[in-house]
Amino acid sequence: MREVMVVGAGMTPFGELWESSLRDLGIQAGLGAIRDAGITSSDIDALFVGNMAAGRLIDQTHIGALIADYAGLAGRNVPTVTVEGADASGAAAFHHAYLSVASGLHDCVVVGGAEKMTDLPDADVADIMSTALDQQWESFFGATLFSMYAMMARRHMHEHGTTREQLAQVAVKNHSHGALNPQAQFRRPIKLESVLGAAEVASPLGMLDCAPISDGAAAVVLCSGDRARKLPGQHFRVSASAQAGDTLSLGSRRSLTAFDATRVAMENALKLAGRSRSEIDFAEVHDVTTIGEIMAVEDLGFCKKGEGGKMAESGRTALGGELPVNTSGGLKARGHPLGATGIAQIIELVEQLGCKAGKRQVKDARVGLAHNVGGAGATAFVHILEAV
Amino acid sequence: MVVGIVSYGACIPRYRIESSTIARVWGQNPDGIGKQLGVFSKSVPSSDEDVVTLAVEAARSAMRRCRLPGNVVKAVYVGSESHPYAVKPTAGIVAEAIEATPDLTAADFEFACKAGTAAVQTCMGMVGAGMIDYGMAIGADTSQGAPGDALEYSASAGAAALLIGKKNLIATIEHTCSYTTDTPDFWRREGQSYPQHGGRFTGAPAYFKHILACGKNLMKQVSSRPSDYKYAVFHQPNGKFPVRVAEELGFTAEQVKPGLLTPVIGNTYSAAVPLGLSAVLDIARPGERIFVTAYGSGAGSDAFDITVVEGIEKLDRTGTPSVQSMIDRKVLIDYATYAKLRGKIEMGGES
Repeated sequence: MREVMVVGAGMTPFGELWESSLRDLGIQAGLGAIRDAGITSSDIDALFVGNMAAGRLIDQTHIGALIADYAGLAGRNVPTVTVEGADASGAAAFHHAYLSVASGLHDCVVVGGAEKMTDLPDADVADIMSTALDQQWESFFGATLFSMYAMMARRHMHEHGTTREQLAQVAVKNHSHGALNPQAQFRRPIKLESVLGAAEVASPLGMLDCAPISDGAAAVVLCSGDRARKLPGQHFRVSASAQAGDTLSLGSRRSLTAFDATRVAMENALKLAGRSRSEIDFAEVHDVTTIGEIMAVEDLGFCKKGEGGKMAESGRTALGGELPVNTSGGLKARGHPLGATGIAQIIELVEQLGCKAGKRQVKDARVGLAHNVGGAGATAFVHILEAV
Repeated sequence: MVVGIVSYGACIPRYRIESSTIARVWGQNPDGIGKQLGVFSKSVPSSDEDVVTLAVEAARSAMRRCRLPGNVVKAVYVGSESHPYAVKPTAGIVAEAIEATPDLTAADFEFACKAGTAAVQTCMGMVGAGMIDYGMAIGADTSQGAPGDALEYSASAGAAALLIGKKNLIATIEHTCSYTTDTPDFWRREGQSYPQHGGRFTGAPAYFKHILACGKNLMKQVSSRPSDYKYAVFHQPNGKFPVRVAEELGFTAEQVKPGLLTPVIGNTYSAAVPLGLSAVLDIARPGERIFVTAYGSGAGSDAFDITVVEGIEKLDRTGTPSVQSMIDRKVLIDYATYAKLRGKIEMGGES
């Protein structure tokens, strides 16, 4: 397998982008990445797009072809593919783009993620997000993504003594990070009491424990190592791209408080990168809910099972802590346009590793990790990027 | 030619339901809902109240206060999105009730929550052009909110009438302007019982965009500043939007408060701004300036620059109930009674 580098990145702000369509967003992010990489459209061998639900959200499938068409790539007959892995679609697209370059099939590709979620009423969006669960055994009976996470939270509290305040602390931390990110949907700090007093979504999770509904797109350019070295600007090595899976149904798992897909993907990623956990300087993890982040830091092995809540509470995962987590604001504050999230996480790694994160810069950031989960944990990706 | 307000009248149903009562039925937090929406209770029309009766009551109040005979009114326009008839004008019934018939023009208007102010502008145009001496513009609604929908906390009922003319003025309307686009934030199709809405899309790209643009245009066109006005009345779909939009335009909470009725009577839709203006006219003094900006989904805004004149002291303002007295005169009802009054209980039998 060849060395693969991220050579350019571009993204739209995340939020309620009423004036922009999915194609507008995809093109804006893609052009940003191409410009940042210092390449032209004639350099692009293929386009990979992560998208979870445009077929239901905007009645449009074939998103890869759509964006390629409106980006002017169709005239060159550039191959495109849309990759779907629920809200890990972005990381899934990145994984397949990585494989296409690593294998030697392509030399330079664009991989993006995009989602337009605000064209439908909130209740419809919640239903669509819940299609990532097992429709026959879970969502058909009324389970939603957030009610599943609520069950995980309750069980985590029962098994490990995790407190409501520890859950809330994750949201407080990620909002404080998001306040420093110009691309974030929520750029304001929130108080612990606000999280505790917010309207209930599914007990014990409230409105401020859950990622918002967002529009947005993000894209990066991947090149082989040899090609990258001929380009201007900074480059970042993709030292691991790992994926693992689990049962689709939460009820079939061995535990309600652990994502084995995350654990296995992490073990594989560390092997691929030849790194140990202690060498990871910072991480972007899948905090679609506050309990999601607590379980993620545990399953990634940054603390023992059951201690994720304490880790958040102690400030060890905040900027300036021993392992800053979700310096972008995470899904909670940066926003969660499903298919775009995995790529936005990669872009945060690139910004940190390139020392371009401004006020949220992690000191001496050399090795960063991105963790993207599909649905309630049936799919997990771990990517490790390094400064060159 | 100076055109302005000759008289005004209002009507608010007596029944109220509290937001906490509705929240309890739908499993939402009854303690937090009022503060969350800025709506603590809303008016509910009784079984014998509809847009016609509310509009008639408001129009009669206006006529009684100015003591003009009904037949001087040569135009009656009723803005509403809950006219009792799909085909048969409310305005004709109101005109009959104030004895303005038969030598006049009358029509019903619809532009979501700003149909009443659109009627004001039409009357201003006709008076200003010399076609008529007096025109009656009314905003009235018995608005609909589907059971369990967010609108159920705010959709309420009320009416206000403004008699527009050029003689016997209580306030001059120095200027008006509008801002209109095709923005689908809220709609109800023919035959549907309840409207649909775009959730958060009703905020920034709809309410705020139009009111901010229209309000700024008005102040630019008359070279005024927020501090030039004693009062500011905005469309009030809930208790929070008007306060926030006022702040963004540079108005203070004190300027907004006298015309902000939604926290206690809900969103009276087409009547919201005319009622807010009526509440201000109840207390206004000569020389005071009023900034008014309505909003109607779909979407558009109408803004008015109004100055109260000496004539208001001659108007028999206390001859009919003030807005505040109608707010205070209330009977709280439970959800079951509310459901019955709003036709939310299916009675069975032949359809």
